Amino acid sequence: MNDMTPISRATTTKDWETDQEVRWCPGCGDYAILKAMQRTMPEIGAVPEKTVFVSGIGCSSRFPYYMETYGFHTIHGRAPAVATGLKLANPELDVWIITGDGDALSIGGNHTMHLLRRNLDCQIMLFNNEIYGLTKGQYSPTSRVGTSGPSTPYGSVDRPAMPCAFALGSGARFVARGFDVSKNLPEVLKAAHAHKGAAFIEIFQNCIVYNKDVFEDFAAPKGAEDRQLWLANGEPMLFAKGTKGITLDHQSLTLKVVDVVDGNWQAAAVIVHDVTNRSVAHMLVEMRFGEFPMALGVLYDDPRATFEAEVWTQNAEVSEGKTANLSKLLSKGQTWIVGEEVGPEL
Amino acid sequence: MATIAQEPTGAALEQACDTVVVRFAGDSGDGMQLTGGQFTLSSALAGNDFATFPDFPAEIRAPQGTLFGVSAFQINFGSTAIDTAGDAPDVLVAMNPAALKTNVGALKPGGLIIVDEGEFSARNLDKAKYATNPLEDGSLGRWQLLKLNISQATLDAVKPFGLGNKEALRCKNMWTLGLSLWMFDRDRAPLVEWLKTKFAKNPVLADANIAAMNAGHAYGETAELSGPLKQYHIAPAKADPGLYRALTGAEGIALGLVAGAQLAGLPIFFGGYPITPASAILHHLSRLKEFGVTTFQAEDEIAAICSAIGASYGGSLGITSSSGPGIALKGEAMGLAIMTELPLVIINSQRGGPSTGLPTKTEQSDLYQAVYGRNGDAPLPVIAARSPGDAFECAIEAVRIAVEYMTPVMLLTDGYIANAAEPWAVPDMSAYKPFPVEFLDHVPEGGFKPYGRDEKLARRWVKPGTPDLLHRIGGIEKEVDTGHINYSPANHQIMTDIRKAKIDGVANSIPDQTCELGGAGGKLAIVGWGSTYGPIHQAVGRARDRSQDVSHIHIRHIWPMPKNLGELLKSFDHVIVPEMNTGQLKTVLRDQFLVDAQPLNKVSGQPFTIAEIEAAIAGALA
Repeated sequence: MNDMTPISRATTTKDWETDQEVRWCPGCGDYAILKAMQRTMPEIGAVPEKTVFVSGIGCSSRFPYYMETYGFHTIHGRAPAVATGLKLANPELDVWIITGDGDALSIGGNHTMHLLRRNLDCQIMLFNNEIYGLTKGQYSPTSRVGTSGPSTPYGSVDRPAMPCAFALGSGARFVARGFDVSKNLPEVLKAAHAHKGAAFIEIFQNCIVYNKDVFEDFAAPKGAEDRQLWLANGEPMLFAKGTKGITLDHQSLTLKVVDVVDGNWQAAAVIVHDVTNRSVAHMLVEMRFGEFPMALGVLYDDPRATFEAEVWTQNAEVSEGKTANLSKLLSKGQTWIVGEEVGPEL
Repeated sequence: MATIAQEPTGAALEQACDTVVVRFAGDSGDGMQLTGGQFTLSSALAGNDFATFPDFPAEIRAPQGTLFGVSAFQINFGSTAIDTAGDAPDVLVAMNPAALKTNVGALKPGGLIIVDEGEFSARNLDKAKYATNPLEDGSLGRWQLLKLNISQATLDAVKPFGLGNKEALRCKNMWTLGLSLWMFDRDRAPLVEWLKTKFAKNPVLADANIAAMNAGHAYGETAELSGPLKQYHIAPAKADPGLYRALTGAEGIALGLVAGAQLAGLPIFFGGYPITPASAILHHLSRLKEFGVTTFQAEDEIAAICSAIGASYGGSLGITSSSGPGIALKGEAMGLAIMTELPLVIINSQRGGPSTGLPTKTEQSDLYQAVYGRNGDAPLPVIAARSPGDAFECAIEAVRIAVEYMTPVMLLTDGYIANAAEPWAVPDMSAYKPFPVEFLDHVPEGGFKPYGRDEKLARRWVKPGTPDLLHRIGGIEKEVDTGHINYSPANHQIMTDIRKAKIDGVANSIPDQTCELGGAGGKLAIVGWGSTYGPIHQAVGRARDRSQDVSHIHIRHIWPMPKNLGELLKSFDHVIVPEMNTGQLKTVLRDQFLVDAQPLNKVSGQPFTIAEIEAAIAGALA
């Protein structure tokens, strides 16, 4: 079995930029995510040639062309499947999957689910802009009810999927949230990278052409304190400059917002975030924005054995003591020898 | 040309004969495939050449006694070369009324029927939709009928072992096997050993089965002179000295892939999704991990091929396998492998279609799908195996083309080849020329071009992880040499032309087409591909023995075709193409060479019989 930790090497942000002209719309949230990624790579000691970006189809999936690494721009929805084969072939590679709400949850929903269930060691970054951008503005599986577009001129009627709830329900062992222009995004990416196993990150991304400012209600800098709950392991779930917190209603077993007086969060029974608490994670991913702040940062992080490591371990274990003797293999089973003159012998 | 419907012809079996066809038929739960498989082994050990045809329903355990629940296994064995499982059986062993009803029509006139009359109850007759008992109403007069109460004889034989009635009756197939072994003068010892191994954990069951087999054998010995039951002696077939084994098509492919990967110096990554009849390849490979084989049961057909593409990108030999419906799902991903110019082997174990079609029956109707079935101008090499042994060679050839030309390759087999077994002379691997893959691991002179090409127009294979060769690939049109995104009209024209020229160029690496029988320039060529090899070869051989001017051409390389094929076909007055489809190779031949190829089609889910092809030959030469 190979050592799966890439050897770190000092790089600069510049080392991660390609000579390719970036083709996203001016002002697209993807630029900010790309910058955050290029800034994060040197900090985590990533090695360009051991890093592979795998993407599907959609605006976000052009990402690999702009990272000076190995890159594979595959087909719609199938990046998780390609990444699975790649990582099984070479577990030493540091694999990042770049996908969108349509790519990961509509056409590729099945593959996303199975990659998370298997726990392939990779980072899966889902750029959620709640719209189909590259096909010009149709509603997506995460669009809110009533989203109008060329295919839903009277508004969409079906309810959206919740990416983080889907991920957790699929068995993900790492679930995080961020948004394109957030200064905290690199920290989320770092945490995802540090997690051994499938790390699922939902990144709210502003599509300035087809779904402009749909996340402004929580992402706008003004009033952000009141509308964003940045989670930190071991820290109380506080927001609004520490004047509000999240607690558990013991009657209904649901979360609720409480006021915190004079910073005494203990008195308000504010929950201390434990990233390994799966039950609380289930409640956090279901927390409805509006009634609650938007939960951001690392919602859940509890690693366990990864798929490719288990496969390689089993391959090695069952091969132990056996030699790859092809001639012997060909002669196995129901065999007999035809002699020179007479008929067959046993 | 008409489709096929013929009555079986032939004469009663002689006690000293060259070849015999036996069909075992019973309920799905009667163990007919097992009985057939063990009888095959005994044929091999007796030195006979053989070919088998397992024919079973799609349902795992259809309701007992029903017509659609009948499972059959046919074996043709003999002292001369055997190419097919035989047209019409000489002997039919029918374990119940349903098995009799669905199979007796195929039996040669005068052939021998052995039935378990213990199963011919009013209830079972009703389930088989018999108004009257065929054993008593004279409807079987064309054949010799041997009624035995096999059920009762089995119960008697296994009585000392104290099994329950149901368990005891499960030994019926061994009683039948014992009788069959006696009929063809076979040694029981290897079967006794096999039963002991099979039931090592339950010696009582082993002893009961052995007792049933011995009882069947003993019955033959004592009954010989009193009825239609006789012992037959089939001399060993002439075969080159050496080590032989029984090989199914699925085994041939699995072993060929392992051999091909060794010749290429690559680990195997196999991505598959369960589907009949292709799953057997996944099953075989999953036990060969010590050969550097990783198998991955994906969540669906698309993930199966995409994971294989990802593995090829990572430097393994990516392989995926399916049957028609699954291959259809993989179509888009094949285009990705074509666009990114990565090696990939795709195996299609064809079955009856369209849609779910006939999952357990054989057909050759995916040739169009293989050659043309993708969006865009998306050529890829297609090769077709003719037999289990040939599947081994074809798998190696598929691997060679995939890695030498950096392309996906489709290997076609079918349900008949996948399940059928034949004797196979174990090859000496030192006779195969290795084709080791050289990954590019440094910047070449003149700089690195991800879509730069060698003289075969193949691009270089670079593994992610290699320093200084970072690059991006994908399904969007690539710029010549650099591989950057490029949508310009001129570039797309050039890249499309290159992709076509690369695949056309594969023809430079394959041998000229030869004739299996006969030679160029005759009156008639019978042109086949895939599993029709056996019946065509036998039929043409027999016609030539009658001095008819007919040759047999069998095409392995479906795309691109051998360079001399057009010229060869044009040298004949007539060309007939028998296919288990409505004329797909025929269309391709007409298109490629403007030859007047005539179709001979059969899409009944059953292989051609020799007689059907002989009739076509006679018709064309009349």
